[in-house]
Amino acid sequence: MPVAAETNAAVADGSEITIRARNLTKVYHTGEVDVHALRGVDVDFAARELIVLLGPSGSGKSTLLNILGGLDVPSSGELYFRDREITAISEADRTKYRRDHVGFVFQFYNLVPSLTARENVALVTEIARQPLEPAEALELVGLGDRLDHFPAQLSGGEQQRVAIARAIAKQPEVLLCDEPTGALDSQTGVIVLEAIEAVNRELGTTTAVITHNVVIADMADRVIRMADGAIASVDTNARRLQPADLSW
Amino acid sequence: MLALNRKLWRDLNNLRGQVLAVGLVIASGVGVLVMSLSVHESLSVTAEAYYDRYRFADVFAGSKRTPEWVARRIADIPGVQSVQTRIVHMATLDIPGFAEPVIGQLVSIPEDGQPQLNRLALRAGRWVQAGHPDEVIISEPFAEAHDLGPGDSFDAIINGNKRALSIVGIGLGPEFVYAIGPGALMPDEARFGVVWMGRKALEAAYDLKGAFNDVSLSLLRGTNETNVIDRLDQLLERYGGFGAFARADQLSNWFLMNEIAQIETLSGILPTIFLAVAAFLTQMVLARLIAIQRSEIGLLKAFGYSDFEIGWHFIKLVIAMTAVGIVMGWGVGAWLGRTTTELYATLYRFPLLIFQPSASVFAIGAIVSLGAALAGTFGAVRRAARLPPAEAMRPPEPPAYQKSRFLDGPLGRWFDQPTRILFRQIGRWPGRSAVTSLGVGMAIGVLIMAMQWMDSIDHLAQVYFFDAQRQDLMVGLVEPEASRARHDFAQLPGVLSVEGTRIVGARLHAGNRSHRGGIQGVRPTDTLQPIYDASGGVVDVPPEGLVLGTKLAEKLDVGIGDQVQVEVLSGRRPEAVLPVTGLVETYIGVPAFMNTDALDRLMRERPSLEYANLVIDENRQDELFAALKDTPRVVAVMLRSAAVETFYKTMAETLTVYVSFFAAFAVALGFGVVYNSARIALSERGRDLATLRVLGFTRREIAYILLGEVGLLIFLALPLGAIIGKLLALMMTSVFETELFRIPPVVEPSTYGISILTVMISAAVSGWLIRRRLNRLDLIGVLKTRE
Repeated sequence: MPVAAETNAAVADGSEITIRARNLTKVYHTGEVDVHALRGVDVDFAARELIVLLGPSGSGKSTLLNILGGLDVPSSGELYFRDREITAISEADRTKYRRDHVGFVFQFYNLVPSLTARENVALVTEIARQPLEPAEALELVGLGDRLDHFPAQLSGGEQQRVAIARAIAKQPEVLLCDEPTGALDSQTGVIVLEAIEAVNRELGTTTAVITHNVVIADMADRVIRMADGAIASVDTNARRLQPADLSW
Repeated sequence: MLALNRKLWRDLNNLRGQVLAVGLVIASGVGVLVMSLSVHESLSVTAEAYYDRYRFADVFAGSKRTPEWVARRIADIPGVQSVQTRIVHMATLDIPGFAEPVIGQLVSIPEDGQPQLNRLALRAGRWVQAGHPDEVIISEPFAEAHDLGPGDSFDAIINGNKRALSIVGIGLGPEFVYAIGPGALMPDEARFGVVWMGRKALEAAYDLKGAFNDVSLSLLRGTNETNVIDRLDQLLERYGGFGAFARADQLSNWFLMNEIAQIETLSGILPTIFLAVAAFLTQMVLARLIAIQRSEIGLLKAFGYSDFEIGWHFIKLVIAMTAVGIVMGWGVGAWLGRTTTELYATLYRFPLLIFQPSASVFAIGAIVSLGAALAGTFGAVRRAARLPPAEAMRPPEPPAYQKSRFLDGPLGRWFDQPTRILFRQIGRWPGRSAVTSLGVGMAIGVLIMAMQWMDSIDHLAQVYFFDAQRQDLMVGLVEPEASRARHDFAQLPGVLSVEGTRIVGARLHAGNRSHRGGIQGVRPTDTLQPIYDASGGVVDVPPEGLVLGTKLAEKLDVGIGDQVQVEVLSGRRPEAVLPVTGLVETYIGVPAFMNTDALDRLMRERPSLEYANLVIDENRQDELFAALKDTPRVVAVMLRSAAVETFYKTMAETLTVYVSFFAAFAVALGFGVVYNSARIALSERGRDLATLRVLGFTRREIAYILLGEVGLLIFLALPLGAIIGKLLALMMTSVFETELFRIPPVVEPSTYGISILTVMISAAVSGWLIRRRLNRLDLIGVLKTRE
């Protein structure tokens, strides 16, 4: 049942909350202008949930994702990972937070070109506490037969799936994907989304996907729309569509 | 300002760390070039002006006693411009407050004013007056060493008589720019002095009224020296001539000209090394800049900028980067040039010092370094200019990597992924990696080359002063005496043992090559000054024939078994053809040895000695010195410890500047290479590294990937640097080989260690600077951008 008027993405029911943010603001001081990238955002990500963040450029969705992922600090507000407050932790602790709990997928894959697919994944599993085997992670995204290829030998979609395998191999609690299909054609994009969906379903990883592409919203549990640094609406889908059923 | 020029300034500003690093290396090259050229110019110009103004003679000759009227005959030799006769003798001086006897060289001057040739620069006081035979002018460095001035006096044993001399003036002469005593290598101002006395006074003292024992000539322009020397020898032969020689063989001038020639060599070799490295560094920075700016270049071309305009833009960048180095180098070079020239002026004494490096010195420095930089960057600039706009605006293809046997073999599983990245990076760009290692290796090598001089000098001093010479004291006699005279020396206080030796002046000829020097007589039983081979130790004295220093054999182009024609320049002036029966390697001088018995037979004289080598009891040294000061037949006392001290003092003065400069350069070079390599790696892989940070890698972990690669290349550079250092040392020592010195290319382990450590410290500093930059990586930007 869509709750279109809702502008608070907090979850009221009793499900386990992975990330909780309250009244987050972010102001960038660039020269003489202050840019209000976030203007008081409340959001909860529940365990096993798949969330799609929609919004035009400059709406604040990337800023939000960066703060939630421990890449950036809010100007004000509170941020919790499970029960631990992580609003203003040190740089070293933020690194540790990312290392242990967060997986990132980038628009341009950001694979290390000098490492093979398997080695790119191993890069992360070597520093993780309870990782999957790199081969297992790559199997999960359907690349079991491309283990020893270098990025230059893989297509864009394959590279993005390696990136997903790399992000989830450490079994993070949170997977944050910033425009994961932004650089891909629709067919390849679907394959990548399938990989994300599979990870969310099979490992139960709380997953947030930023996108411009409204169609992708149909695969989410909840869809958060952002505009001007605030949450414009939150919709809960009654039923998640499979990526294969999406097309654009 | 044009937009493109504005971009140029911004680029330079963004690259300021690298511009500075390249600039430092260029500055070192330009600096050493300007330094050596300006010192060379200053010394040449100064010497020329001095020689010209004070009428330094062209030909010199000594004899026993020549009647004054012969001077007219000499003047009649075609090509002779003017003739100056005089009396020159050695004497022992007794300076108040100085225990050791001092060697004085007495030179006569006309009482009525400046001589025709070899005029004096009167630095203080006045000229000697007729009728005051005890008035003297003494040389300035000697006066300074003993704090003597007009009005002071000292004793001298002149022809066996002790006399008090009073100083009326202080002077310098063009014959004594490099004023060294007999047998000395370095000027020892305290133990050797020139004493100019009135001609009449010396005529009386040496019983040479109406006669002379030394003559100097100046020649008309274009005169053949050799002809004049031959005629002069013929004229003086019957008066006991010692053989005439040209200005080029005059001791002081010979040293000075050798030094000037060495500086010229220096100005050729070292800047070449430095500027080659600088060109390579500039190329490294520029190639990377162009790679980063590919899309901008494409854009500019899309706007309609021509290939030429793009190329010119990057050339201007090279010029601007080089200019930074050139300006710094000019400053450093001018300063070093002045310092070095002033340093030379303490060794080589001039009454005037002209340090006005001409504009051409600076222009050459600029042109050479700019030329090197442009040549080095030509390829990169051309690639930028030729980049097709459409291709330039596409991001470059992702670099393709390959598996290697090393990483994917059985060893590979020991490596974690960061280490793999590090190795693959090196394997992917082996050329660039080699160049980094080579650059660091060069830095280490240059430092080894500089510091190695200390080791060589130590080794040389050990061999020359201690292994080959075991006497404490060498005493020179007025005239050769019967060899029983050594028993007299044995009687002197504190003398433990005595050996006599003689050295006769001779010309050696072989084919059309010749050498003017001395033959030293050695007895098979001699232990104090044996024939000593630098690599093999004491050599047995053969009964007959000549044992030559290898450098002399090379000069005469003879080997063992070849014949050498010997023309003795004293006594009965015998001539003989002798076989070469031995060769010895020496580091200093070009000696020739003979068995003393054979030498006496050649001279057709009774066994005699001219020098006595003494081993003494140090505790009775002063007593011995006092006795020697009162021994009339002694003209020269040479103390080994003083010679060693002077040697080290002089070497320390000259080498300190040299070594510190090279240490500074090596540090700049090591810093520049490491900083640029790491900085370039950072700009290329910043995105990868930031990605890793986002994935949860700590700063330390990503620093390992970036700096570990540079560290590994530095590690590889260490043995390379040691090899380069040894090769440079071999090259430099062979280039600096002269008749006087052969520097043995010795490198002590500590020199390798210190050089490596110094360069590693400078590398560590640049690593630290890069590490600080790593801490400021933009993590968020990485998520969005694609290169």
